[in-house]
Amino acid sequence: MKKLIKILAVAAALGLAPTAAVAQGTLSSQPKQELTAQPKQAPADAISARSQAAPAQPQEVSDPALASPSGEEPSNAQVAQSTQTAQALGPRATAQVGIGQPDGRMNLQDQFTPIGEEAAWFHNVLLLPVITAISIFVLALMLYVVVRYRRSANPVPSRTTHNTLLEVVWTLVPVIILVVIAIPSIKLLANQYSPPSADLTVKVVGNQWYWTYQYPDNGDFEIVSNGLSDADAKARGEPRMLGVDERMVVPAGATVKLIITSNDVIHAFGVPAFWVKMDAVPGRLNEQWFKVDRPGLYYGQCYELCGARHAYMPIAVEVVPPAQFAAWVASKGGTMGGAQATSGDETATSPISNPDLVTTAGGGATETSPEPMNVIDATATPPVSTQGATESRRGSN
Amino acid sequence: MTDTTANTVHFEAGHAHDAHHDADHKPGFFARWFMSTNHKDIGTLYLIFAIMAGIIGGAISGLMRAELAEPGVQYLQAWAGAGATFDEGLHLWNVLITAHGLIMVFFMVMPAMIGGFGNWFVPLMIGAPDMAFPRMNNISFWLLVPAFILLLGSSFVPGGTGMGAGIGWTAYAPLSTSGSQGPAVDMAIFALHLAGASSILGAINFITTIFNMRAPGMTLHKMPLFVWSVLVTAFLLLLALPVLAGAITMLLTDRNFGTSFFDASGGGDPILYQHLFWFFGHPEVYIMILPGFGIVSQIVATFSRKPVFGYLGMAYAMVAIGAVGFIVWAHHMFTVGMDVNTKMYFTAATMVIAVPTGIKIFSWIATMWGGSMSFQTPMMWALGFIFMFTVGGVTGVVLANGGIDNYMHDTYYVVAHFHYVLSLGAVFGLFAGWYYWFGKMWGRNYNELLGQLHFWVFFIGVNILFFPMHFLGLDGMPRRYPDYPDAFQGWNEVATTGYMIMAVGMIFFFVNIFWSLLFGKKTPPNPWGEGATTLEWTLTSPPPYHQFETLPKID
Repeated sequence: MKKLIKILAVAAALGLAPTAAVAQGTLSSQPKQELTAQPKQAPADAISARSQAAPAQPQEVSDPALASPSGEEPSNAQVAQSTQTAQALGPRATAQVGIGQPDGRMNLQDQFTPIGEEAAWFHNVLLLPVITAISIFVLALMLYVVVRYRRSANPVPSRTTHNTLLEVVWTLVPVIILVVIAIPSIKLLANQYSPPSADLTVKVVGNQWYWTYQYPDNGDFEIVSNGLSDADAKARGEPRMLGVDERMVVPAGATVKLIITSNDVIHAFGVPAFWVKMDAVPGRLNEQWFKVDRPGLYYGQCYELCGARHAYMPIAVEVVPPAQFAAWVASKGGTMGGAQATSGDETATSPISNPDLVTTAGGGATETSPEPMNVIDATATPPVSTQGATESRRGSN
Repeated sequence: MTDTTANTVHFEAGHAHDAHHDADHKPGFFARWFMSTNHKDIGTLYLIFAIMAGIIGGAISGLMRAELAEPGVQYLQAWAGAGATFDEGLHLWNVLITAHGLIMVFFMVMPAMIGGFGNWFVPLMIGAPDMAFPRMNNISFWLLVPAFILLLGSSFVPGGTGMGAGIGWTAYAPLSTSGSQGPAVDMAIFALHLAGASSILGAINFITTIFNMRAPGMTLHKMPLFVWSVLVTAFLLLLALPVLAGAITMLLTDRNFGTSFFDASGGGDPILYQHLFWFFGHPEVYIMILPGFGIVSQIVATFSRKPVFGYLGMAYAMVAIGAVGFIVWAHHMFTVGMDVNTKMYFTAATMVIAVPTGIKIFSWIATMWGGSMSFQTPMMWALGFIFMFTVGGVTGVVLANGGIDNYMHDTYYVVAHFHYVLSLGAVFGLFAGWYYWFGKMWGRNYNELLGQLHFWVFFIGVNILFFPMHFLGLDGMPRRYPDYPDAFQGWNEVATTGYMIMAVGMIFFFVNIFWSLLFGKKTPPNPWGEGATTLEWTLTSPPPYHQFETLPKID
C-alpha cells in the first residue's frame, strides 16, 4: 500500500513539475506583481534590497500611522529597486486555477503532500466508491420493492417477520466493510502523526482576524498576513477572499512543522491542498506538518467560527525553491542556518524522497544560493515584525 | 409480536362509556390551552409551537441562502439595520447561523418529535389514559415559550460586534465568553437552560409513563417501535442534557463571575467546553433522529400491511445507537489537536454506529419485501426518509475517519451530511408522522394531492439544496461564511435554487393544513386499513378527550 501511494505521489509530482515551471514562466511578466515582490529577489539583489528595506523597518514600527493597509509602506521603499531589477527578480508565484485553490469541481482539491496523496487515494478509491455503491444498492432494493410489492402487484402481504440468516448477513457484511475502511483509515492517522524530522518550523498564530507566521528557526521574525481587499486582490491577480498581503513562505521539499495557536478565540488553520487542518486554540500549541515538493501558491482559509470577520482571514502558503526561500528570509530580516540547517541550502540537507524532482523544481536558483546566504547571516538585524495589521485589532505582542 | 390489535368489543364498550359520561368534557379555552394537563392538548401546543419555530428557522435559512446565492456580501449590512457597519453586517450573519441552528434543534425538531408526537401518541399507543405527570407535562411545554422568547430577544441586544449572539449553535469558548461582550450570549444561554430543563422534565415524564402505564399485557417487547424510540430518546435526554446545562452554566460564570473554566490564561481549557458540549451534542443528534426511526417503522409496517421485520433487532438497534452514541462525541473535534490514539478510538467507535443503523435500513426494506404496499403521502415521506438517511449515513462514515477530517472538518461536506440526516432525515420523519396522524389528531383527512405535491416538490428542492453542498465541501468551502471565493459560486447558486423549490413545497404544506381542517372529510377511526395495528387506530378520530378509562387488554 505504501508503495502504491509513493508511486502515486511520484506520478503526481512528475505530472505537476512541468506545469509549475510553465506557470512561473508565464506569470513573471505581470508588472503589478513587482510592487510587492519581496520574496523573489535573486540572491545578488537581495543584499542590496535588504540594505534599502532595513531602514524602513524602524520607521514603520515606531509610527503606527504607517501601518497602512496591505503593507504598502515597505514595498514603496523598494519600488525603485523592484522596477529596476524587474527582469532579474524571480516571479512571485501566482494563483493557478485548479491548484491550491477551489475551482468549482465536484471532487477533492488536488493534493500536494504525501499525506494528502494518501488521504485522497483513501477517499477517492475506497470511501467514495463504497458509499456510492451502498447508496445505489439501497436505492435499487427500494425501487425493486416498490415495483414488485405494490398493492396491485401483490395484494396479499406475506407475514414473514424473521429470517435469522438474513439478519446475521446484514449485520456482518457492514462489519466487514467497516473493517476494510478502518484499516487504511487507521494507517492514515498513524502516518499523519509520524512526521519525518522537521526541516523548518513555522509558528502560526490566529488572531481576530488575521494570521501571523513566526519563523523561530530563522531568527524568529514574524510575518503578519492580512487578507486582501477585493480591489487589491484583483489588482494582484489573486482570487477574491483568498489572497493575502504577506504569504507564509516555505521551501519546497522541506518538511515543515507548524506550531499552531491563537491569541484570542479559536481559529482553524486549514489548507485543503495539503490536507492540513488544525484548530488554533488559545493556550495550546497544536502541531501539524506538511511537505510539498512542488513550488507554487496554495490557499487556505479559517475553518472555525471566530467572530465577525471569520470569512476574511485567508491563508496563502507559497512554496518556493530553497534558494528563494533563503532570499525571502533575508529580506524579512531573518537568518538562515539556525540550529540544524547549515549554510542555508535546504536542498542539500533536507531528506527529500526524490531529489531529482526537487532540483528540477528548484531551478537555476539553487546554484547561486549558498554564498549570499552567508553574507545575509552576517548582516542580519534583530528580528522585528515588519508590518502592521491591516484594519485589525491587534494584540500588543 | 408487534401486533397489538386490541379486543375490539372491549374498546367499543369503552367508547360508549366515554360518550355517556364526562370523558369529552373540555375545560374553557384558557384553562384548556394555558393550564393544560391533557397529553393531547399539550401535544397540540407543542406541534403549533414547532411549526411557528420552523417557520422562523426556515425563514432564517432563506435569508442565508439569499446572501449566499452570489459571492460578495449583498444584503447583510442592510438587514443589520440603518447605519450598520460592514462588521455589524457580518456579525448578523453569525447571529443568523446561530439562530437557525438553535431554533431548528431545540425549538422545531425536538418539540415536534418528542413534545408533539411523543405526547400525542405514546399514551395512545401503550393504552394509557394520559402521561404519568400531567402537570409536569404542562410546565415542560411552558418552559419552552420563555426559552424561545429569550433566544429571539437576544437578537435585539448587543452581543459583541453587533446585535445578537453570533457564536454558532455550539457556542465554543472563548468566542462565547471573552469573544462576545454584551447580554445577547447570556440570554441565549438562559434560553438553552430553559429549553434543557423543559426537555429533562419531559424525559422523566416519558420514562415514567412508558415504564409504569402500559396497558395490561403490553410488555416492553410488545410496545410499538415509536414508543421504543421515544423511550430511548428520553434516556438520552436525561443523561445528555445535564451535561449541557453544566457546560453552559460554566460559560455563564466565565462570562459574568470571573471564573476561568474555559479560559487558558486562568488555567482553564477551551477544549474542555467542546468535550462537554459534544458529550451532549452527539446524543442530541440521535435525540433528533430516533423518534423519526420510530415513526418510519410504524408507517412502513402500516403501508406494507406487514408487521415490522425483525422487531427485536429494530428495538435493540435503537438502544445500541443510543448507547454507542454516548461514546463517540470527540469525532466532532478531530481537529482540536488530539492524541493519535484518541483519534483512532473515536474513528473506530463512530464507525460502529453504522452497524445498527444498517440493521434498521435493511429491516425497513425487509418489512416492505413481500408486503402489499400503497403509497399515500406518509409512506412517500417514509420512503424518502429511508433513502435520504442512507445518503446522510454513508457520508457520516466518510466523516468518521479522523484522517479524512483534516480535510472535511468544518467544510460544507459536514453541512451537507448533517442536513441529509436532519433536514432530509428528521424533518422527513416529522412530515411522515404529520400526514400519518393528521386525521387521527384533527379528525379530518388531509388532502392527498396536496400532500403528494408537498412531498415531491420538497424532496426535489432539498436535494438540489443540499446535494451540491457535498461538492462545495470537497472543494474546501468552509462553513459559517457569509461570503466565499468566486469558484464556489456555481454550486451555491444551485443550492439557493433548491431552497426556492423547497419553499414552494412548503406552500403546499400550509395550504393543505388549512384546506384539510376546513374542507377535509371526517376521518374514520382507522383510515389506513389492516396494516395499522397500533392502539391509536382503535379510537375515534380525534380520540376522546380522555381515552382508555377502562384499560385495553393486549393479547
